[in-house]
Amino acid sequence: MKVLGISGSLRRDSHNTKLLRAAGDLLPPGVELELWEGLKAVPPYDADDDGGDRDWSLVSLDAAIRDADAVLFSTPEYNHSVPGQLKNALDWLSRPLKDSPLRNKPAAVVGASTGLFGAVWAQAELRKVLGAIGARVVDRELPVGLADDAFADDGGLTDDEQQLILADLVTELLAEAEPSRIAA
Amino acid sequence: MSTATQTQLPAATWGVDPVHSTAGFSIKYMVSTFRAGFAKVDATLDTTGDTPVLKGSVDPTTIDVKDENFHAHLQSPDFFDSERHPAITFESTAWRTEGDVLVVDGNLTIKGDTRPVEARGVLVDPHEDPWGNTRLGVTLEASIDRSHFGITWNNPLPKGGLALANDVKLHVDLQLVQA
Repeated sequence: MKVLGISGSLRRDSHNTKLLRAAGDLLPPGVELELWEGLKAVPPYDADDDGGDRDWSLVSLDAAIRDADAVLFSTPEYNHSVPGQLKNALDWLSRPLKDSPLRNKPAAVVGASTGLFGAVWAQAELRKVLGAIGARVVDRELPVGLADDAFADDGGLTDDEQQLILADLVTELLAEAEPSRIAA
Repeated sequence: MSTATQTQLPAATWGVDPVHSTAGFSIKYMVSTFRAGFAKVDATLDTTGDTPVLKGSVDPTTIDVKDENFHAHLQSPDFFDSERHPAITFESTAWRTEGDVLVVDGNLTIKGDTRPVEARGVLVDPHEDPWGNTRLGVTLEASIDRSHFGITWNNPLPKGGLALANDVKLHVDLQLVQA
């Protein structure tokens, strides 16, 4: 079983990528986390460019999502919302909606920020967008605030309660993915 | 045509004429009423027992809307979740007439949630059709709250309020042919 991790941050030392890795460490045996790292290369959505061969980054993203049993997003928050590049990639993935690899795909959202609120609004917006695209969105959130100090040396979250919430959220995502895996 | 009472129906099983039967709904969306129907409608009526039993289903993937992206969104977990719940079903539990009004109680299942509903309408007497069959008509309407069936999607309007109502009116017009 495979969970695809997509970080909404392009930064090399991204807290959100760390959060995905922390989630990966909580996966049970037999479930692997694969990080997709092509977000920076996704071109801006332009309907004039939509219809022919797509950029390799989009082909890669589409294939990675289809190959995964579930997708875990971790997003920072820019101006109370989803980072533009992540939203841009999702806009590509939504065209056409009936063929989207996210359609019926189990998905969950977490987020980290260096401020107090842990990207909580961005997470809500991202869940809304994923629902509109047709994903099977887990109705949970994990706002990791003050992210500079949120991670222990072993990669886990320093806050025990947040670590538990992350484990619960991952468990819920896998449970959502289980019927899909059986059906496949 | 006249309406029939339960005792006037012959003991028989009745199958749906899928071409001339319709099932749909109407719901307030922003400033007007949106209506849609399902192309694939199935129904049976069993009048062999003490009480007629009406069973019906529609395939949510056959909803007739004018935009493919809208159609895709309606199939998603936000709405019908047709991947996991490929049918909307109804099975009656009671059948009676109040004057000229046919009243059918039953269990409606949408998106895996089953709830009792009361449907009211008209039963049209069995008639001979030009091909030697006997057919009767059942027209029913019922009102439900979509949120009770786990369909809670909405969109806030810029100046307050929500785009989509929760109250949904269901409409069914069945032509049933005696087996």
